[in-house]
Amino acid sequence: MRIPCPYCGERDAHEFAILGDATLTRPDPAAPDAETRFHDYVYLRDNPAGAHEEWWYHANGCRQWLRVKRDTRTHAISGAVAARADATSPRDAA
Amino acid sequence: MRYSFLSLLANGLSGQSRWTPAWRDAAPKPAYDVIVVGGGGHGLATAYYLAKVHGIRNVAVLEKGVIGSGNAGRNTTIIRSNYVLPGNEPFYEWSMKLWEGLEQELNYNAMVSQRGILNLFHSDAQRDAYARRGNAMRLAGADSQLLDRKQVRAMYPFLDFDNARFPIQGGLLQARGGTARHDAVVWGYARGADRLGVDIVQNCEVTGFLREGDAIVGVETTRGAIRAGKVAVAVAGSSSRVAGMAGLRLPIESHVLQAFVSEGLKPLVDGVITFGAGHFYISQSDKGGLVFGGDVDGYNSYAQRGNLPIIEDVCESGMALMPRIGRLRLLRHWGGIMDMSMDGSPIIDRTPVPGFYLNAGWCYGGFKATPASGWCFAHLIARDAPHEVAGAFRLDRFRTGHLIDEKGVGAQPNLH
Amino acid sequence: MSAPNRNRLASGGLIDRSKPLAFSFDGTDYHGYQGDTLASALLANGVRLVGRSFKYHRPRGIFSAGAEEPNALVELRAGARREPNTRATVTELFDGLEATSQNRWPSLALDALSVNRFLSPFLGAGFYYKTFMWPASFWEKLYEPVIRRAAGLGRAAVEEDPDHYEKATTFCDVLVIGAGPAGLMAALAAGRSGARVILADEDFLPGGGLNAEAGDVDRQPAPAYAAQVTAELASLPNVRVMSRTSVFGAYDSGTYGALERVSDHLAVPAPFQPRQRLWRIVARRAVLAAGATERPIVFGGNDRPGVMLAGAVGTYVQRHAALPGQAMALFANNDGAWRGMLAASVAGAHVETIVDVRTDVAPALVAAAQARGIRVLTGAQVIATHGKTLRRIEVATATGRERIAADTLAVSGGWSPSVHLTCHHGGKPAWNETLAAFVPGTCPPGLTVAGAAKGLFGLGACLRDGAAIGAEAAQALGFAVPAPDLPDMADEAFALTPFWHVAGSKGASFVDLQNDVTAKDVGIAHKEGFRSVELLKRYTTLGMATDQGRTSNVTGLAIMASLTGASIPETGTTIFRPPYTPVSLGALAGHHRGKDFRPVRLTPTHEWARAQGAVFVETGAWLRAQYFPRPGEKDWLETVSREVTAVRSSVGLIDVSTFGKIDLQGSDVGAFLDRVYINGFAALAVGKARYGVMLREDGLVMDDGTTARLAPEHYVMTTTTANAAKVYQHLEFCLQALWPELDVSLASVSEQWAQIALAGPRARDVLARVADGDVSNAALPFMGAIEGSVMGGVKARLFRLSFSGELGFEIAVPARHGAALAQALMQAGAEFGITPYGTEALGVMRIEKGHVSGNELSGQTTAGDLGFGRMASTKKDYIGRTLAARPGLTDPDRPSFVGFKPVDRARRLRAGAHFLKLGAPPDMANDQGYMTSVAYSPHLGHWIGLGLIKRGPERLGEHVRAYDPVRGEEIEVEICAPGFIDPEGVRLRG
Repeated sequence: MRIPCPYCGERDAHEFAILGDATLTRPDPAAPDAETRFHDYVYLRDNPAGAHEEWWYHANGCRQWLRVKRDTRTHAISGAVAARADATSPRDAA
Repeated sequence: MRYSFLSLLANGLSGQSRWTPAWRDAAPKPAYDVIVVGGGGHGLATAYYLAKVHGIRNVAVLEKGVIGSGNAGRNTTIIRSNYVLPGNEPFYEWSMKLWEGLEQELNYNAMVSQRGILNLFHSDAQRDAYARRGNAMRLAGADSQLLDRKQVRAMYPFLDFDNARFPIQGGLLQARGGTARHDAVVWGYARGADRLGVDIVQNCEVTGFLREGDAIVGVETTRGAIRAGKVAVAVAGSSSRVAGMAGLRLPIESHVLQAFVSEGLKPLVDGVITFGAGHFYISQSDKGGLVFGGDVDGYNSYAQRGNLPIIEDVCESGMALMPRIGRLRLLRHWGGIMDMSMDGSPIIDRTPVPGFYLNAGWCYGGFKATPASGWCFAHLIARDAPHEVAGAFRLDRFRTGHLIDEKGVGAQPNLH
Repeated sequence: MSAPNRNRLASGGLIDRSKPLAFSFDGTDYHGYQGDTLASALLANGVRLVGRSFKYHRPRGIFSAGAEEPNALVELRAGARREPNTRATVTELFDGLEATSQNRWPSLALDALSVNRFLSPFLGAGFYYKTFMWPASFWEKLYEPVIRRAAGLGRAAVEEDPDHYEKATTFCDVLVIGAGPAGLMAALAAGRSGARVILADEDFLPGGGLNAEAGDVDRQPAPAYAAQVTAELASLPNVRVMSRTSVFGAYDSGTYGALERVSDHLAVPAPFQPRQRLWRIVARRAVLAAGATERPIVFGGNDRPGVMLAGAVGTYVQRHAALPGQAMALFANNDGAWRGMLAASVAGAHVETIVDVRTDVAPALVAAAQARGIRVLTGAQVIATHGKTLRRIEVATATGRERIAADTLAVSGGWSPSVHLTCHHGGKPAWNETLAAFVPGTCPPGLTVAGAAKGLFGLGACLRDGAAIGAEAAQALGFAVPAPDLPDMADEAFALTPFWHVAGSKGASFVDLQNDVTAKDVGIAHKEGFRSVELLKRYTTLGMATDQGRTSNVTGLAIMASLTGASIPETGTTIFRPPYTPVSLGALAGHHRGKDFRPVRLTPTHEWARAQGAVFVETGAWLRAQYFPRPGEKDWLETVSREVTAVRSSVGLIDVSTFGKIDLQGSDVGAFLDRVYINGFAALAVGKARYGVMLREDGLVMDDGTTARLAPEHYVMTTTTANAAKVYQHLEFCLQALWPELDVSLASVSEQWAQIALAGPRARDVLARVADGDVSNAALPFMGAIEGSVMGGVKARLFRLSFSGELGFEIAVPARHGAALAQALMQAGAEFGITPYGTEALGVMRIEKGHVSGNELSGQTTAGDLGFGRMASTKKDYIGRTLAARPGLTDPDRPSFVGFKPVDRARRLRAGAHFLKLGAPPDMANDQGYMTSVAYSPHLGHWIGLGLIKRGPERLGEHVRAYDPVRGEEIEVEICAPGFIDPEGVRLRG
């Protein structure tokens, strides 16, 4: 599996570490139901069979966190963007 | 037909003409007391114990393909009860006890073979962790022995003791651990359940649930709607998808775990060995193939296949552990979809949806749990209360913080 | 030795008769020639019995001429290089080759377990599931050991594999898999376009089927044409021809696994050469031109040595000039097999009989056969065979039965395209009625199939299709492909009548030859309900042998379909898993074995420590000095106690460079640290360091360490050795994904700085002699952190930190100065008896001091469990705060961190012991926690421990049992506060 890193170009996935679902947002700790929200954020997953947006970290490369779009049925990767929007480059495949 | 020397003899003499189907290929009835979704080992064991222990025989097992074609037929066949946490160890030890009587109970030789499982350690800290584990096992009534380097060498002289990057210091041995023939476990439970009246319905995929108010009262399938008093789901690998149809999000991700088998060889590895300085475990099947595996690939996947980095990683560990296997060959590798839960431990529980019972989250450890999982899930379904050895496997433990995290890696499923 | 082989044709073939090669099989010496395989050389020497089958130990001969071989498996080479289960059919002959038959005892000719043949009526499919259950204990003791010894095939070497393996990665535009007619043309078309092409072929001679072809291509012999195309490919700078290279798997994103057999055709690898090389080939497009595999017809006695695939007969005769026998017959259902046998006859093979199940064979073929004196029986079937090796076949015709003399029976039931790689992404092959074969279905992205692999069975069609598919692959990538110059070839019509199994057979009819699965076994599976292809396979083991059912899967499926009355596609498809052919584990491991299994990280002072006599220990990837024994010390404990005592009484030093070091800069670092540590950092003053505890978002402790503020916007953090990478990754995630608005930049500087801890009451005296500036208590107070220099101008960071509980400093210098710093400290401390100490003494002192470490930071503990509850700020949010408040994590009953002393001070403590209340029976319900760390305290003169026990801090003074049955020990211990030495911290502030 090869990931199109916006900084480094296409690299084999073994250079990266994956964290999982990138569509989740860290809840507001001040919310009245913060504990429930944090539970959902930390533990619950849609876990789709199909399109999945996920965090990959280019540990053995540029050390940037990327949002990668990948199909969990086929492993086909349709794009990757840097976590920091302002850090995207023209090589961004997404 | 009961299997015996006599039945083999009679069939041998009659040109193998008298065998009958091991189980009926049933067509679904309109309604059952209990529907078990998932014709893997866990689902079939659940149905078997519902009928056998609880007398609930109006049961159907619905399988989307053929029975045993998911993880029950894709694992590395290891059985063991060498866990450390109080939420886990009594359950797995109960499973081990059920394994020990399984074949006589089912009249089916599942080749349950207690040739021992040895977890190697390579550092003082690992030794201490295994001592902690071995002591926990003893507290739960399981067997365990802490071996030193010399004792390990006596068991497996061909391991790399002398040139190793991470020298072997010793190992934790569970002599009662070992392997079982995975397919035969499926077939044995299927045959046993069938004989007690359970309908095993293959090629019947659940596509939705019948609802009455909040409650689930049956399933929609590719073979029509079927009503049920209770619907019990044991579909590891697809748990999120099936639970999703009932409106539930689960603390589970699906990951690929690869498994490997070599060409057939004369006896080489007697028991099960796990490497402590890398992700690698190995045993040898009765047919002679080395059966081995390692870590999950790490990414979410429903593809039942993995990639080269893990294949290489596993073989590197294999060669580091046993450098005599270099000229042996990998015959096949494949992948299974693991129900990786957020603390690495399973769920056997009721759910917020009335009528919907869940058995999920087995990570890469479901096979060894098959008998106890079926036993405890049947108990839960029949009595609406958890079995005492499975009381920690609650769905709400993530909310309450009563986690069962053997590895201590937290809510990152690919690290469990 | 150079006398002609018995069954060798006088001329022809692609062997070099001027290069004889000596070899032995089962101890008998033979010779073959350059260009032979082991199988062709054995046949040329008249060796027909080469192996025994898996279950019934039946005698078996060479069945094929390729990777599909089920029978001719040998142990190749001897001693540490023994390679079990090696296919003689793909083993390139080399001088001195040594091969031994396997799975037989005492000899191949007289095999004791061949008695299994007579038990075979009782040993049908799945018999073992129905017996061996009584009594239960006999399985492990009796039945299984016997089964295990009888099963298996060859024997693994006993010694370590002496050869080396390599791994390599390469990239190309078009990967062509297979160098047969389609593959050569595909590579040529793509290669001429300028695309970077790799042509990988498992054979040692490119050409595939062309090398066994009797006819001409492009007005020259087919093998010459193959050589000509290969030569052009080799001349193109953008094309790489990789022979002896099997592409074994199609993985994601166009990555293909391939195995190059660099040295397998040599007795031993050349110096500095690997035996094999694993390739990861990243290809933008791939063309699968893997050809097709012939399949047999199943009939009684079809496993007798002498029964062989018809195409294999053609290959041996045409390519190797080796005759499989002297009196040949053919049993077939298709025209292609006839043409091959006629060509073999022309080449000099004695073809005497052709039996065809069809009644409507083309008259021209019949006439051609008869013209060569071949007897033709159409509408006929072979029902049995006779002879120890084949002597006669028994044929049923419309008019009766007849025994016909034949020592070789060529069999052809049609061809199965080699679709294997198309299945590697889960694609299912599709059934083609005309070909009676599975053809490729959905392929992996970027892979297209050419030639026989997609069901084109004519040579001309394969050449044309290869060129077209190769051109298409290159064009899809933007390369302009010149018009190809294709040889003008017309193919003869494909004519085949599907026929699988001679129902009226006499004797066992084998479907899977290697695993001894018979047609009757398929019948048992049918009767017992194992009817879908997956169940059939698993129940009977059909297709599970080393050949992965290449010659048996489709036939087994067809026989099952005929029993159920369903069609073949309704019964199932055969899918293939990687690898395409078995791959040695050594190649997949490469050089990652022994000491090179994983890289070793050495500390900057490693050589210095070695010179000091250090014993090293693996700490993750690091090697660290564990202790420094001196002559006369009787064991490690004496050494470690001396080191501890030296530190506590004077001064010692240890390299702590392995700690993770993270540089943080920016205007928001304080705010950032506040969000990742449980305690406050925003108010940390410049020049000060602070201890911090970090949680995971689930509320459990991730790591601890100190962070120092060197300048208003410049901080440096240390992490534990074990968690260095994890913490860095976590912090980057927090910054990049959670709070990108924060002005913080991170850099891992673990490698850039050597760090040495100096501890003991004389530590300041030593440091003062090395440091260039003031290190007095005023200039560098406890938890102070300053930048300065040491050794007369070496940039340094000085921290007043203590892990040991003594007056302590950590001195960081650029890594290249680490060893010099150690030497300078040793020199400066000589008069105080400065002592280098290792990780063991460090551990003892931290346990004496009651600090947590890896054993306590288990990922299962909360800040509260470890006694950090009061450190946690209530005035800010931080990672993990919300979920740390869950009832399960705040339960006062949780095991919590305390110290332990043996009640009998002479007793030794053991980490991993569990705590039980005195008198409580040892069971899970009474489990109260466990001992995490122990040490012998030279200061106290007895063993001490740290551990987690339910409500620990409330139970100081209570006695409990430390229960350690795995070491046969049980000891009464007293719960105490975790600080065993200087709990007020007077020493470290001194």
